[in-house]
Amino acid sequence: MAGFLLRRLVNYVVLALVATFLAFTLASATFDPIGVLQQRNPPPPAASIEAKKRDLHLDQPIPQRFVTWMGGVVQGDFGRTITDRPITDELGRRIGVSLRLFLLGITIGILFGVLLGVVSAIRQYKFSDYFATLFSFILLSTPVFVLGTLLKMGAQGINDSIGSNVLIFVGETTPGFQGNWFEHLGDRLQHLVIPTLAIALGQIAYYSRYQRSSMLDVLGSDFLRTAQAKGLTRRKALFKHGLRTALIPMATLFAFGFGLLVVGGTFTERIFGWFGMGDWLVTGISAQDTNITATVTLFVAVCVLFSGWLADVLYAALDPRIRVN
Amino acid sequence: MTVILNEGDSAGTTGAASGSPVDAAPDPGKAMTRGRLVLIRFARNKLALVGLAIIVGMYLMAFVGPLLSKWTYDQQDYSAFLEPPYADHIFGTDKIGTDMFALTMRGLQKSLIIGLLVALISTTVAAIVGAAAGYFLGVADKTLMWVVDLLLVLPSFLIIAILSPWFRGKSWFLLVLMLAAFQWMITARIVRGMTLTLKEREFVKAAKFMGQPARKIIAKHIVPNMASLLIIDATINVGSAVLAETGLSYFGFGVQSPDVSLGTLIGGNAESATTFPWLFLFPAGFLVVFVLAVNWVGDGLRDALDPTSTRVRRKEKKNTKEKAA
Repeated sequence: MAGFLLRRLVNYVVLALVATFLAFTLASATFDPIGVLQQRNPPPPAASIEAKKRDLHLDQPIPQRFVTWMGGVVQGDFGRTITDRPITDELGRRIGVSLRLFLLGITIGILFGVLLGVVSAIRQYKFSDYFATLFSFILLSTPVFVLGTLLKMGAQGINDSIGSNVLIFVGETTPGFQGNWFEHLGDRLQHLVIPTLAIALGQIAYYSRYQRSSMLDVLGSDFLRTAQAKGLTRRKALFKHGLRTALIPMATLFAFGFGLLVVGGTFTERIFGWFGMGDWLVTGISAQDTNITATVTLFVAVCVLFSGWLADVLYAALDPRIRVN
Repeated sequence: MTVILNEGDSAGTTGAASGSPVDAAPDPGKAMTRGRLVLIRFARNKLALVGLAIIVGMYLMAFVGPLLSKWTYDQQDYSAFLEPPYADHIFGTDKIGTDMFALTMRGLQKSLIIGLLVALISTTVAAIVGAAAGYFLGVADKTLMWVVDLLLVLPSFLIIAILSPWFRGKSWFLLVLMLAAFQWMITARIVRGMTLTLKEREFVKAAKFMGQPARKIIAKHIVPNMASLLIIDATINVGSAVLAETGLSYFGFGVQSPDVSLGTLIGGNAESATTFPWLFLFPAGFLVVFVLAVNWVGDGLRDALDPTSTRVRRKEKKNTKEKAA
């Protein structure tokens, strides 16, 4: 068992390294950070351009640049941005911002998604089932940048009708906010509601579809009938025997869902003005900054792979057949 | 071996025939072909029909609509800046007086063409690569599976965004190729799995022993047997390609000016959505409704083409139960 998980972990670490290497190489090959400098008017002296090239290691071949950068990463130094600011200083804060948004969003998404899926399955072809199906169909067809903007419009409408700014949809805190600890918490919550909703709604729709069909498969099974025949109530049989089995195939989905969320979060962060990792990716690519892009890719890869590994662990915990092999 | 296979086959056919009593009877004079069966099943699904009508309507509208409108996308109406929809401009105007209907139709055109092309290319690639990997196995197969794993870690959005400085100012067809290049992997994996079972079937073995070259076996015997999967996949891919394109264009990493797509329109107008909603709502509405329609058709096709898919089976089980009662 430990051997299995260890093997998977090694596999994932290798994949993360290759993914980061690829992103770094592609970025180095396509980005032209000097071009921006050269187009400045008046043009900077040749000597300063040369110095900048040396600073960015542009005189070295790409694999060597990667090794230099990776060597720094191992020691906790993610290099410098084009504007010569250390990436490491900003990294922690940005990861915090992103994870706060994603973890809350996905937790709500999984909880309500599973709940909605189970209810739809148990009450199949009832009104609630049709309603849930329509709801998730529409939400699954709505990209997050449309949903986010719609929520913004909705929040604006609510604020206007109440007459005060209850739901704030720009930034993660009010700049220069004064108050005690409790008021700070309130301020953050006001900022958190709409972005979290933007993430959670899509997740709920996504998981509920899969949970519904996985629960339907379980509902027709013999062991559930047996559980009821030996005297369990229907509710107990459904939740202790049915749901547990139906959750097994969902474990992989949760994990990869989180990976996808990290990418999808780019939109959410940009729309609501949160300065997290996703926002950084867009900034980095727009500024043609290889180090920022590679750092964000590493973050995404680590997130995806960690959740993939977590799925392996969950799978092993939920399904005894995996442990035997 | 043969006995078991035959048993399985006959059980399958009788199961399908008895499972769908409605299909068997409508016209005793005509023989029931597979095509007719699929057509009848598809036509029974109301949502799928509505979806199909919407898709056809949108393609027509995108190309015929601009001809019927008296405004073109490069015309400016100096008497109407930022006007909400009224008789003269049915979708309103933007801040330089361009008619939003003409702009939306132009964006719709580009998005729909990109979606269609990407789906066609990626499904073709998936069929060829997946079938080849499954048929030949060995090194080709190992490489393919590894690439699939890698691309699951390194999301396509990230790679295309990183490469976007490279195709800026070049033809939008490059974007089509890029999107297609990152959409075939998961289907290829499914195709590979199906090829593994297909190549053990008698007709493939017979063709092989009659001396047919591998290329012909794949083209004539293996790929046609996966037609249902490929049709469903191509349909779904149109939707996901449109979503991927609009997502990239939203950030300016996809379709570049002077070209316009639904994504660039949504991205450009999302900021002003709360004050001038018509700038955002029309392009966004077209996007959501189109993807929704594609999903409905995809679902309908799955139910019609694949008799083992859970939804049909359940419904038919329910039907027969109701009949028995």
